[in-house]
Amino acid sequence: MMFSRRTDLPLDKDPLSRFLPWLIAFMVFLAALAQAGLIGLDVLAQRWDTGMASTLTVQIPADPDASDAANARRLQTTLNMISETPGVMHARVVSEAKVLQLLSPWLGVVQAIDVPLPRLIDVETDPDIDLDARILQQKLARTIEGAQVDDHGVWLGRLIEMVRTLEALAAGVLGLILLAAMSTVIFTTRTGLTVHAEAIEVLHLTGAQDSYIAKQFAGRAWAMGFKGGVIGLVLAALTLALLGYVAGRLQAGMIPDMSLPLVGWVSLAILPLAAGLVAGLTARLTVMRTLRRMI
Amino acid sequence: MDIDQNTPIARFENVGLRYGLGPEVLQDVTFELKPGSYHFLVGPSGAGKSSLLKLMYLAHRPSRGLVHLFGHDIATAARDALPALRRSIGVVFQEYRLLEHLSTFDNVALPLRVAGIRESDIKRHVEELLVWVGLKDHMSARPPTLSGGQKQRASIARAVIARPSLLMADEPTGNVDDRMGYRLMHLFEELNKLGTTIVVATHNEAMVRELGHPVMRLGAGTLHVSPGTKTDSFARTSPQGLERGLPHRLTRGPGAFE
Repeated sequence: MMFSRRTDLPLDKDPLSRFLPWLIAFMVFLAALAQAGLIGLDVLAQRWDTGMASTLTVQIPADPDASDAANARRLQTTLNMISETPGVMHARVVSEAKVLQLLSPWLGVVQAIDVPLPRLIDVETDPDIDLDARILQQKLARTIEGAQVDDHGVWLGRLIEMVRTLEALAAGVLGLILLAAMSTVIFTTRTGLTVHAEAIEVLHLTGAQDSYIAKQFAGRAWAMGFKGGVIGLVLAALTLALLGYVAGRLQAGMIPDMSLPLVGWVSLAILPLAAGLVAGLTARLTVMRTLRRMI
Repeated sequence: MDIDQNTPIARFENVGLRYGLGPEVLQDVTFELKPGSYHFLVGPSGAGKSSLLKLMYLAHRPSRGLVHLFGHDIATAARDALPALRRSIGVVFQEYRLLEHLSTFDNVALPLRVAGIRESDIKRHVEELLVWVGLKDHMSARPPTLSGGQKQRASIARAVIARPSLLMADEPTGNVDDRMGYRLMHLFEELNKLGTTIVVATHNEAMVRELGHPVMRLGAGTLHVSPGTKTDSFARTSPQGLERGLPHRLTRGPGAFE
């Protein structure tokens, strides 16, 4: 029985055990933030990976000496060539207006411009067929001078590499928090065993098994771990909500949607249970190991 | 626990005990407790009475020699086997050793709880016994608020609640007046008649002479056993203050829960 109503040892009155829920609350708070970061980054990396791995952008520089009609023909030829390439599912010319919009950070908001603009073609490829951007590049370059195929590979690769590094860091932080929590519980439990050595001996002499004594420590640690976990989670949820609000106010396309998926919220919600379980099991193992050295 | 009537409750052979690297507090102690026997354990302070009892209630293992309890060799018994043996042993400690944060009821219930007895049965048996030892009005009181005599009765109730086969008491009359001492002795006589093996360590030579049970005398770490001179005079004396007769819980003989 995890929630034992009555204990034979006065563990509630130990000064250390009054601090334990707050120490655990602090650790669960940090763990929740690290875990939210981990999940958010993973979602982000996956979205980039699947969203961009199957897209290419083809850029055709404008020929300032050619007529508009000639440029349009060149664009149409390119589009046809791309569409006929195996593995291409869809190719679409990016409108001039959209190109202007993409350039607006550098040019300012303008409706039209005298400078000849390069044209862009968005290509959607079949994710199941590995279309090599370099082969397409060679094929296009033979006919269309200056055509550039960009598969975002290098840029995406570096970005994902950075995200994975951050993820490893967050996982490492989670591991350290787990170690710190376990050490705290071990220390508290050992102190409790020393403080209550006399009562524990009486329990032993009346025929108590080690597991009977361990259950009392484990039940107490479980309750304190869970309580601390709930406090920590509430603090973390408030912090994340505040962060989401601030990020939302930026309204910038630069910040991708960082909201957690359902699985993320569930994994955060079980943190108090996990904290209780870790505390309870650690206390139980500590008691069993310590008592094994007695008669 | 099944106790064979021919197996000694306790058998010590050339037992020595030392604490850490200190000198031996017990040397070559040899004796046997037959089921249903009653012994006094006497000797000057520091002769090792408490140490001998500690070996019998499994607070220590012997440094050398052979200790058998209920037929189990204690020197080689697995740690996991000890709790079951301890549940057949009741101890009235010299300083009572009641748990101060627990009520009288919870203290007395302890041996039943560690044995996993149902709470409803525990309530019935503990209340019955507490009424019998005159602590009915102190069930929810904590030990620090009890008088010496009340603590002693709570301690005795805890020692006998699980119907031990072997009951030990360390200086049970040391902290109470003569009247209380005799009431206690009467309870032990009654339990002994029901088959409980009893060892009482005491300084009270007058009581030892009067009751006439065999005496184990410890001197400088060694033990001599002398036969008893038992007459039936004490058993006929009326108990004062305690209810006549034992509570139902205690009349079923040793090991009722095993």
